[in-house]
Amino acid sequence: MATAGSADERYDITRRSSGLGRRRLTEQAFAALGVASAVVAVGILGLVLGTVLYKGFSQLSLSFFTKPRPLFGESGGIADALVGSALIVGMCMAMAIPFAVLVAVYMSEYAGPRFSRILRVVLDILNGVPAIVVGIFVFGLLVVGRGQSAIFGALSLAVLMLPMVARATQEVLEVIPRSLREASLALGVTRWRTTVSIVLPSAIGGILTGVVIAVARVAGETAPLLFTSSIAANQISGDVTNALPTLPVAIFAFSESPDPGEQAAGWAAALVLIGFVLVMNILAKVFAANRRKRLEGA
Amino acid sequence: MTTPEIDRTRLGALAEPASGDGRGDDVVFDVRDLSVSYSGNVALKDATLQVRENYVTAFIGPSGCGKSTFIRVFNRMNDLIDGARVEGTVLYHDRDLYGDGVDPVEVRRRIGMVFQKPNPFPKSIYDNIAFGPRVLGMKKGLDERVERALQSAALWDEVKDRLKENALGLSGGQQQRLCIARAIAVEPDVILMDEPASALDPISTSRIEDLIHDLKRSYTIVIVTHNMQQAARVADMTAFFSVEVRDDGGRHGVLVEYDRTTKIFTNPSDRRTEDYVTGRFG
Repeated sequence: MATAGSADERYDITRRSSGLGRRRLTEQAFAALGVASAVVAVGILGLVLGTVLYKGFSQLSLSFFTKPRPLFGESGGIADALVGSALIVGMCMAMAIPFAVLVAVYMSEYAGPRFSRILRVVLDILNGVPAIVVGIFVFGLLVVGRGQSAIFGALSLAVLMLPMVARATQEVLEVIPRSLREASLALGVTRWRTTVSIVLPSAIGGILTGVVIAVARVAGETAPLLFTSSIAANQISGDVTNALPTLPVAIFAFSESPDPGEQAAGWAAALVLIGFVLVMNILAKVFAANRRKRLEGA
Repeated sequence: MTTPEIDRTRLGALAEPASGDGRGDDVVFDVRDLSVSYSGNVALKDATLQVRENYVTAFIGPSGCGKSTFIRVFNRMNDLIDGARVEGTVLYHDRDLYGDGVDPVEVRRRIGMVFQKPNPFPKSIYDNIAFGPRVLGMKKGLDERVERALQSAALWDEVKDRLKENALGLSGGQQQRLCIARAIAVEPDVILMDEPASALDPISTSRIEDLIHDLKRSYTIVIVTHNMQQAARVADMTAFFSVEVRDDGGRHGVLVEYDRTTKIFTNPSDRRTEDYVTGRFG
């Protein structure tokens, strides 16, 4: 760019053009705003964790994990809710995961691009259905007339889990290189066998990441369980045809209690739930890292 | 699509085998008036040629000339692409490759393929080779089969002590030889190679070329290559493809000339071939 003026003037990069000061100020203000927002976001998590830790930690003891919720005043724990939650989330996984993986396999390996796109939108909408709507749906369809049961609770959580796992799996399958499938197909291997033996094993880390995040999410869901598995005895039970106590419903019930001891137990139960979610999220990171290592062959 | 008898008079100058060692006596693929289009866009138009048994047949030409499209016709790999359409006749040992009742899975079991980029499975070296035989029910003597395949691909000595290690830890050249071994392990009749050395360094490339020389004793090989010298070095027959621009501005690949490699490189009949092999174009 040749402009008028001496070389001294043209190439003098220490000279500030007009308006540079204002532009730099805007730049700094913008950066500061970004930093502040990030600090607030981290702060909110810190505040939630800190509060739950502060209010709940002192209540934690071995008996808190091994004893069921007390009937009256006496010291008790959340063993009944832990067992119930484990059973319901376990059943939910058994219902949702195979189904979700099959949907994802269909989308990425068999369906044409157009139908796959439609399915993706459908799953995203299903993913956006509020948990309470799913709860009332299962309540109206199954619970009315039959009574609550852990199975119905698991089913309503499975409805929430299905789109999460299906979309996560489908996204992982989509990044498995096409060349890997071609390598298998070119050997005279059928498509389903290629999917089972080559594609899914290569994607397993990513699928587990999606599953773990979904488990962490549904384990804390309360609304559907209020409809389907909330009227339960405070005892450890494995009878899934009846309502079972669960961790999120227990937190809700504890916190509604007039008894300060029970309120404290509610905080402790919340701490257990949050601890579980944190562990699951760390696990998800481990799976994701593991998967990257496998595919890159390090 | 019809299934005509092979018209041996049409082989013309190619009717006489060139090698004199018994190779090339039979026709493996007899292709007539082959056109391939993707969702209505023609990629290759009216190609006719015969691929002879135990020959190395090279497809050369500039980008977009349809050579990779063509090679994927032989193992029906184009079937996997939505909207791909294959017209014309492709006979495999006198049988219509695209006839009713032909399962592409069965075709691919007999006609193996090695791809441009090495694509080993993220599994152990051993399992990479053993996967095909296992799935296809050739489980007897699996260890020997794996060893034989690796030896045929000139890789055995380098990997025999690390068969359990992940194949992705091998170098690019080793990975490509592993892919060749993987193709060999299921005992195919034909091996298709789609620019097998284009992602490799010169030393690895020369090892792959040596390997092709060894393999042509047992297999019929069709190789697509960007590299003219490579075709000149490894191929018995060479097909030169070029790009044709249509009146509507679209472009598609055409087969310009198909002959013995020595003829293509020293005395081509078509001006376009001459321009290409002498480096005036492409």
